[in-house]
Amino acid sequence: MKEHKIVVIGGGPAGMAAALAAYEAGVKDVVILDREERLGGILPQCIHNGFGLHKLGQELTGPEYAEYYAEKIRKTDIKVYTGTMVTSLTEDRVITASNEKGILQIRAGAVILAMGCRERSRGALGLCGTRPAGIYTAGTAQKLLNCHGLLVGKRVVILGSGDIGLIMARRMTLQGAKVEAVCEVMPYSGGLQRNLVQCLEDFDIPLYLSTTVVKIEGRERLEGVVLAEVDENRRPISGTERSISCDTLLISCGLIPENELARMANITLDPVTGGALVDEMRQTDAEGIFACGNVLHVHDLVDFVSDEGEVAGLAAAEYVLGEAQSKVAVPTVSGNGVRYVLPQRICDQEREIPLYFRVSQPRRNVNLIIKQGDSVLKKVKRIKVSPGEMEKVVLPAGCLRKGKGEIKVEVEV
Amino acid sequence: MKRELICILCPKGCTLQAEILETEVSVTGNACLRGERYGKEELLAPKRTVTAVLPVSNRPDTAVSVKTEKPVPKEKVMELMQLLQKESLIAPLEPGQCVLEDAFGTRVITTCRVL
Ligand SMILES: Cc1cc2nc3c(=O)[nH]c(=O)nc-3n(C[C@H](O)[C@H](O)[C@H](O)COP(=O)(O)OP(=O)(O)OC[C@H]3O[C@@H](n4cnc5c(N)ncnc54)[C@H](O)[C@@H]3O)c2cc1C
Ligand code: SF4
Repeated sequence: MKEHKIVVIGGGPAGMAAALAAYEAGVKDVVILDREERLGGILPQCIHNGFGLHKLGQELTGPEYAEYYAEKIRKTDIKVYTGTMVTSLTEDRVITASNEKGILQIRAGAVILAMGCRERSRGALGLCGTRPAGIYTAGTAQKLLNCHGLLVGKRVVILGSGDIGLIMARRMTLQGAKVEAVCEVMPYSGGLQRNLVQCLEDFDIPLYLSTTVVKIEGRERLEGVVLAEVDENRRPISGTERSISCDTLLISCGLIPENELARMANITLDPVTGGALVDEMRQTDAEGIFACGNVLHVHDLVDFVSDEGEVAGLAAAEYVLGEAQSKVAVPTVSGNGVRYVLPQRICDQEREIPLYFRVSQPRRNVNLIIKQGDSVLKKVKRIKVSPGEMEKVVLPAGCLRKGKGEIKVEVEV
Repeated sequence: MKRELICILCPKGCTLQAEILETEVSVTGNACLRGERYGKEELLAPKRTVTAVLPVSNRPDTAVSVKTEKPVPKEKVMELMQLLQKESLIAPLEPGQCVLEDAFGTRVITTCRVL
């Protein structure tokens, strides 16, 4: 069995930032394992621009953002094993992986989980009707088009208005396909406002809210879908059905963190985020195992992914260098109007703590309030909040009071 | 006439109120200066950055991603896409290589590497 100080599983933006941060903090024996043939994770297929404005101060495309970090990694002694699939992880940090050369076993001083997400597929959604060709997840269609130059269809309906669906509506339109409609089961879009404007409005693509696909038609190839409006419990309303003919249905109904390895290592997962429960250093409840990026909670901005990678990388370095101290944790909880808060517990109450969270419904003119017991630690105004856009509020250093109990985040209307 | 716009220059997506007055355009609601410029441009002459992929003739099954270095007039976007359909490149390619010199006032460059 090989031994390495820090092993990062996943070479997307989270894994690359984590590896670099650990290396710069003084741990020179860092390894990245990724099942793809190149570093970058999902980014090489996201050819649109809009990456890195906060973090790098310039607006890059996905491949350029990935290249910026890959180039930095090439200048270090960080070892990168691509084409290497990790198949198991134990609580005491033994990793099994396989690649062309065979099976690899590594005992790691610390492990950083950065495996990203996968898309919810047709099966997971339970769509009824026939099973013709022409139904793809939006991300698969994106990869086929942007990495291999293959346009999957000519007349398209998109189910789900998350960012990948919106971005693909524009991409396929630019490439000569006709996007007939984007339908969204919720009464609001799950995507960023800017994508609604520049991907749908720019091309007059209709967005039908509170609407879903109830039937799939066609034998060999998709011939059409039936849409219906839904009630507040997301059940189709009979009498509202209408058919749209199309040869392609793209599904963009959310992402699920890839946590099979975390489960194997008996790491406790948060039922809301689908990722591990972590402290502010992104340490899971398995000592020496950290998590960052989409495997921890689904991000909409790559800048926050890289930030989180850096936090986890630094923490893993402190851990293997023996500088980490264990402290009593204070839990964070979601109050009124908040779906989840990350980190789920705070150990070091002396530092400045950025809290990331999502609201449960869109609202205007609200206060975001962070409380401990009855005392308000921080209050910020927002003109607009939406579940599709992650919120970040920084708690200043030293504002937490010991022994005062949990920290609650809530939306005040 | 006042128009409500969403600034698309960064993911924050500020809601802007923009209005053409006699001698200038007034913009409010922007969290930074870039938003003011966006609001003005969007009313007077909207522009968009275009990204696309092109085939690589000596690498079957591989595409190279490209972008306009600067945004181009919005009404020229489809025309530019048609111009690009005619292009095909030869690997190896480095990011930043010029693909089209004159794309409505800017250049089209590659954004990824193809070995
Ligand atoms: C279509 C789309 C559009 C987006 N648009 C924008 C945008 O415009 N602006 C923006 O800022 N952000 C955008 N984002 C968000 C941002 O790109 C992602 O949040 C970010 O890429 C997540 O990074 P990650 O490193 O956590 O995961 P990923 O990029 O998914 O990387 C995970 C890596 O782990 C590897 N892996 C997984 N399991 C294993 C295993 N068992 N063994 C080995 N390797 C494994 C995978 O192969 C992959 O390379 C977009 C995301 C998507 C999907
Ligand atoms: S005004 Fe500034 S902060 Fe607001 S969306 Fe535009 S660029 Fe971003």
